[in-house]
Amino acid sequence: MNAILSLILSGGVVSMLVAIPLLGVWALPHVFGIHLEWLFGIVIPYLAVIIFFVGIVYKVVQWGKCPVPFRIPSTCAQQKSLPWIKYGYAQKLDNPVSTAGVVGRMILEVLCFRSLFRNTRVEFGSGEAITYKSAKWLWLGAMAFHYCFLVVILRHLRFVTEPMPFFVPIIEKVDGFFQFFLPTVYQSGLLLGAALTFLLLRRLLDPKLRYISLVADYFPLFLILAIVKTGILMRYVFKADVVSIKELTMGLVSFHPTIPEGISVIFYIHIFLVSILFAYFPFSKLMHMAGVFLSPTRNLSNNSRIVRHINPWNPPLKYHTYEEYEDDFREKMIEAGLPVEKQAASPAAKE
Amino acid sequence: MADIPKSWKVAPPKAWKLTTPEELVKDTDHRRYTLGLEKGWLRTAPDVEIKPGMHCHAALPKRLEDVGMPNPRTWSVMDEDWKLPKNWKEIILEGFKDRLERFRSFKLFMDICVRCGACADKCHYFIGSADPKNMPVLRAELFRSVYRKYFTTAGKVLGPIAGARELNIDVLKEWWYYLYQCTECRRCSVFCPYGIDTAEITLMGRELTNLLGLNIDWIAAPVAFCNRTGNHMGIQPHAYKDMIEFFLDEIETIIGYRIEPTFNRKGAEILFITPSGDVFGDPGTYTAMGYLMLFEALGLDYTWSTYASEGGNFGLFTSNEIMKKLNAKMYAEAKRLGVKWILGGECGHMWRVVNQYMGTMNLDMAEGSKMEEPVSPITGTKFENARSTKMVHITEFTADLIKHGKLKLDPSRNDHLKVTYHDSCNPARAMGLLEEPRYVIKNVCNNFYEMPPNTIREQTFCCGGGSGLNAGEDMELRMRGGMPRANAVKYVHEKYGVNKLACVCAIDRAVLPNTMEYFVPEVDVTGVHELVANALILEGEKERTVDLRGEPLPGMEDSEDV
Repeated sequence: MNAILSLILSGGVVSMLVAIPLLGVWALPHVFGIHLEWLFGIVIPYLAVIIFFVGIVYKVVQWGKCPVPFRIPSTCAQQKSLPWIKYGYAQKLDNPVSTAGVVGRMILEVLCFRSLFRNTRVEFGSGEAITYKSAKWLWLGAMAFHYCFLVVILRHLRFVTEPMPFFVPIIEKVDGFFQFFLPTVYQSGLLLGAALTFLLLRRLLDPKLRYISLVADYFPLFLILAIVKTGILMRYVFKADVVSIKELTMGLVSFHPTIPEGISVIFYIHIFLVSILFAYFPFSKLMHMAGVFLSPTRNLSNNSRIVRHINPWNPPLKYHTYEEYEDDFREKMIEAGLPVEKQAASPAAKE
Repeated sequence: MADIPKSWKVAPPKAWKLTTPEELVKDTDHRRYTLGLEKGWLRTAPDVEIKPGMHCHAALPKRLEDVGMPNPRTWSVMDEDWKLPKNWKEIILEGFKDRLERFRSFKLFMDICVRCGACADKCHYFIGSADPKNMPVLRAELFRSVYRKYFTTAGKVLGPIAGARELNIDVLKEWWYYLYQCTECRRCSVFCPYGIDTAEITLMGRELTNLLGLNIDWIAAPVAFCNRTGNHMGIQPHAYKDMIEFFLDEIETIIGYRIEPTFNRKGAEILFITPSGDVFGDPGTYTAMGYLMLFEALGLDYTWSTYASEGGNFGLFTSNEIMKKLNAKMYAEAKRLGVKWILGGECGHMWRVVNQYMGTMNLDMAEGSKMEEPVSPITGTKFENARSTKMVHITEFTADLIKHGKLKLDPSRNDHLKVTYHDSCNPARAMGLLEEPRYVIKNVCNNFYEMPPNTIREQTFCCGGGSGLNAGEDMELRMRGGMPRANAVKYVHEKYGVNKLACVCAIDRAVLPNTMEYFVPEVDVTGVHELVANALILEGEKERTVDLRGEPLPGMEDSEDV
């Protein structure tokens, strides 16, 4: 599966996913008079959300059931040792010895992508010289992507809560700060698209990335890009009927699902793609969202010389004992003047 | 892929020879894979060429028999037929499943990688070889692809579309080749946003190869030796004592009197354990002399042991079970001799085992012993960070001595040296021992220079021969892997005139001299305690004219003794 095949395949699948609701909601009623809005607006979203939550819980339980036999943090700073050796905040966070340090490390990792911030790029100069340049672009792209996605999701709470939480209008206000268009353009959506494009181009243009990328890497990028695009189209181009959409979404969350009149097909495409993303999530690399919290190289403190870490399956094993060792070498040891536990058998006893 | 030859399996008949550094570097063109039209790596296992110079020899059957490991036989890496047991695939898949259930790290790291590529150019072997399968992410993907095929629904159903592939003999050989091109140095894990540690994957992968008797001799032999004689080199007790006595002769000529350490002595306060490499091979031997002189200066109540005469543990590179068995001797001997605590010498992976595994594996063996929280008998310092495991690193011990002014030092004896410090992977990334050795060096040497920041401390580069890959037959691999380290040494050599590379690892001391000779011949390798002993003034010593290597001290070049 090379880069081109992977691109064609994942691009093709996403195109098909767009075509399915287009056919189901728009073509079928026109041609056959069959109405499938209930399927795309109610059944599939419910199924997707169930798969999402059950899938994530199942996966996390699977990981959680798996023991952590050894304490293996990657220590990225000075250890806590002698009292006069500096062990300040930076060291507590990058080489934690306490639970508070671990919590701090995880917060930095999860909210600030601390490890990615370290990223460097190897450069070959003339001849043999190798240099390491700071490379923050991946960090920046990843931060932009994840935080914009978060803002977009929080803004969508408008559709599933009544009254909506206090922070939603605040987020909308900040997000639409530059009022250069009507309706107000939210920067998060555009930035999200830009960040996704960057992440995609990176995979295509960097030969190392192109070599390692699989269908499973292109597919979520295409899928989320398609979700962003349909969202943007819905808001700024087709001007979807927000009131009816909210009626539908409120129906879903209050378990009184209904299909109001007048919702355009672009909404059904959008919600179908989101459903696919939800259903795909637990079976994909996107599970890194939950997995990062369980990573033993990050969520354990470096205190295994201070407190014994218990391995639940620590096997009892027979090792080569001193007695066996001495039996093997006793005469040589005595000759060399090394102390022994048992004296050598006398020549008479040997016979 | 220009860098993956099309047809191979069998080695070219011509004898392999290491090229010059210039040619080696020229052959490391990272720009050559640029097209993206190549066939994807999921299908390139049959193309993998096992190149001479890039791998170690197969383990001899006797080594495996000695420690009861499965499938001992005579086989050769270069042979088409590896004489695998008939049900090898079953064995691997069962072993895989078993490890997925026992190690959360393994299971999680199979699931959550997003292939962001942050780790890609962090591996010394990738930098030095440009072989894309040496990117940490791809090394792990070689396993993930099989994991998906046999342990995930998507992989079972969708196959290559889900990034899954069948396990076959070519895949197994590819695994083997790249498993023994990873030194478990953990540099990639520092940069991974999820902390995915390739060392975990390599550890598990090597355990799997060991189920089929596919170890390398450079690991299997030290394991077998260590099991019987107590150390990797297979040195028997009387010979071990002889070798130390040889050091005592040397020390006598330097300081003018003979020191008398003890062996296997019951009732000593401290048991000293160091890698046997320090007792066996230069330049580690000078470090061992350094320990002896330091302990003499302190009048330390300590003993060597011929039974627990190995600090290193090649079991770490073999399997958890072997690691535990070999490590057990440390506590067993501490208990038998009735010591209060253990002092550990300069070693890399030994300290990964001591810091992250030993207490967990074997602390119950110390029950009923006289061991207690380590306290320095000289300064009264409690080593609280070793409270449970009761084993202290020698640079922690020595740094504490220097801080309390307990050592008489004359750093000018090291004035002919311009020293830089190579953080060994394991003390750096599996412990965080960064400042202690630096503090010691700065107090015993007047000229100390750091290498560039992206090549030291937690970002340090492997020597290129860690995790049991420090053999002779894989010299090209070692030189390629050592290239980033050598490059940084060369930088400080050219900028500051650095001529000494200090380290706290016996494998470094075995590997880096070759690497330096190849890339930066002006630079020599030393242990930290060799530098300490050079600067150390012992009570009643004669005026020193030579250093531990018998070379004249600065200002003593014309002395009669030289």
